[in-house]
Amino acid sequence: MLLKKHDMTLSELKVGECGRIISVTGTSDFKGRLLDMGFTPETEVEVRRKAPFGDPIIVSIRGYQLALRRSDADNIIIEEV
Amino acid sequence: MLFALAGNQNCGKTTLFNQLTGLNQHVGNFPGVTVQAKSGYVRGRADISIVDLPGVYSLSAYSGEEAVARDFLLNEKPDCIINIVDATNIERNLYLTLQLIELDIPIVIALNMMDELYSNGGDVKLYNFQNALGTVVVPVCASRNIGLDKLIDMAVKVTTDNRRCMDKRVYTGEVGNVIRDIYNVIKAKSEAAKISGKFAAVKLLEGDYTVREKLGLSDNEALIANEIILDAQARFKADGKTVISVMRYKFIEDLCRDTVAKGDGRTRKRDEIIDGFLLNKKLAIPMFLGIMLFAFYLTFSITGGVLNELMTSKIALLKNAVDILLIEQKVSPVIISLVNEGVFGGVGAVLSFVPTIAVLFFFLSLLEDSGYMARAALIMDKPFGRLGLSGRSFVPLLMGIGCTVPAIMATRTLKDERERYMTVRMLPFISCSAKLPIYAIFTTVFFRRHRALVMMGLYLFGVLVGMLSLWILKGTDDAEDHIPFIMELPHYRLPRIKNTLLLLWDKIRDFVSRAFTVVFLASIIVWGLKTFGMRFNVVSDSGQSILAYISRGISPLFAPLGFNDWRVAAALVTGFSAKEAVISTLTVLSSTDAATLPAAISEMFSSASALSFMVFTLLYTPCVAAVNTVRCELGSTVAAFGIIVYQTGIAWLCAAFVYQIGMQIYCVI
Repeated sequence: MLLKKHDMTLSELKVGECGRIISVTGTSDFKGRLLDMGFTPETEVEVRRKAPFGDPIIVSIRGYQLALRRSDADNIIIEEV
Repeated sequence: MLFALAGNQNCGKTTLFNQLTGLNQHVGNFPGVTVQAKSGYVRGRADISIVDLPGVYSLSAYSGEEAVARDFLLNEKPDCIINIVDATNIERNLYLTLQLIELDIPIVIALNMMDELYSNGGDVKLYNFQNALGTVVVPVCASRNIGLDKLIDMAVKVTTDNRRCMDKRVYTGEVGNVIRDIYNVIKAKSEAAKISGKFAAVKLLEGDYTVREKLGLSDNEALIANEIILDAQARFKADGKTVISVMRYKFIEDLCRDTVAKGDGRTRKRDEIIDGFLLNKKLAIPMFLGIMLFAFYLTFSITGGVLNELMTSKIALLKNAVDILLIEQKVSPVIISLVNEGVFGGVGAVLSFVPTIAVLFFFLSLLEDSGYMARAALIMDKPFGRLGLSGRSFVPLLMGIGCTVPAIMATRTLKDERERYMTVRMLPFISCSAKLPIYAIFTTVFFRRHRALVMMGLYLFGVLVGMLSLWILKGTDDAEDHIPFIMELPHYRLPRIKNTLLLLWDKIRDFVSRAFTVVFLASIIVWGLKTFGMRFNVVSDSGQSILAYISRGISPLFAPLGFNDWRVAAALVTGFSAKEAVISTLTVLSSTDAATLPAAISEMFSSASALSFMVFTLLYTPCVAAVNTVRCELGSTVAAFGIIVYQTGIAWLCAAFVYQIGMQIYCVI
């Protein structure tokens, strides 16, 4: 899949911004876990807040809240909504 | 009948399990792994046993716990699965449900936390929901014990009727065809392996290797299945796992759209407000420290106070009574000594941990059940991540300041094996409270004016050496192997006292049963070494005991540390059985008492050697109870011995270093 110009990674979203998932990259284990947790293509995800030290970030997806390290969020490709 | 309890973490599974089994539970490990297994009998139904599987989000084998849950379901073949679904988080919970249904084992869904759903203004059209899912669904509220009888009744009914789920087409269209094709290839082998063919077919498409092995496909069959999968992936332009996950969630979304009203998110808003304080950039750390310090203050004032005294006074009463009895019966003084110091000493040693464990775990479970622990782990994750630990390591490490034993037990909450191992390796560097009397006396004698500074310096030194040690350990390891830190933030909830008390009971029973033999034995052995001489006669002068003999042998090893005195060596040896013994042994062997000990110490040590002694006691092998706990938690006797050797070695090196530097400074001054 070609990375279009307006695609970005989840870690680039600011607090309060929403994105729609395009794909998840990384090892198959990593991808699998995120897919299991609901990070499927077309799903909306919102960045709720950042931890006091800046990492991890807290996102809201499918009605629940999840904490994710920035290095892992780097692997989630989204388009901003 | 054997029922298995399956569900996500934080869905109230443990609460449900506790409500169903009460005290009839037994805690052990799943075979071959260090994952905890709880099993028990349903209260009032001795014919129904329940196993609480680890909380998992899926049946893929991405984590040790998922593998354990899956293996249990595939190998042990429970008669029925009770799947607990959190109604306030229904979409993600149903993802696991769909996989459980594929296993083709009788199943009942317990729709939990209905009270929260209702208070949010939400609702579930139960009849439609059941129909759409194709299984029996029972609404429950585990924390208030509502619906549980019906749940068990339905589970029994489903089992005796051998009711299977109605096949709801989750995988439609092309995907459905592909799965059917794979199913046809593996049908025979899956029947032979007694695994649901559908489950296996879906897993193969997902790219799951473990199932592939379990089926024992022939080379030909594997080849055909592979081709089907590769062909399908080329057609879909996506990998099998993505396709399957997308279809599952689509099914779930459609199902929920028609049957579930989510409510206005009142709970979510409440959580956000609370998080606004507790995770606030400026407030988070102060609040965090405040909460931890408060909990610690409570812990110490209760343990160090009421509970401990209660325990020691009761034991003392019993001991006196037994003493009188034995003397009346004119029992041999050796036996009296054995009973008094050996037996009571041993029992007392084991029981002395109970108040500490109880209170520290009380505090730990309050943190977990309220939901704050996840936030605490979040806050500490970044700094701790650098050391190969995680935010979740913080609380066990903090507990280590109180006592290493419950701290090691608390590392069980760390899911990542490596993180757990690193945290356990870090714990011996955190000075436990039993060592405080040692520092107290020595700093009084030698560093009176700077007491607080020296003690703080010691603690800090321990932490720094620990961090260095971890950093070296970590260095030899592949960073890409790390498990992603994906942590759900549960709703804030009021902890249930009953649950907390059951957990405490659990932990105490766990500790006592495992520690009893080892700690007790160690006490008896130390008693033997102190009481008998080289010819196994009873000695009145402790200088002739076996312990003294051994100590004289090893004492020269401490020369570079500045204290080549057999009495000191003896004190350190007894410190292996319990750190409190160091001071008490030193007192006895120097023929002093609490009042005159300081004077004796000022003669046995110099400032430099006092410092090196404190560094040595800070770092050397943890007490036998802690080492035994390491053995149990890590499942390895080798690891336990390794810690003894490693810590003692590091202690020797650091203490020698401190002494030599101290002497140089002294010379210059």
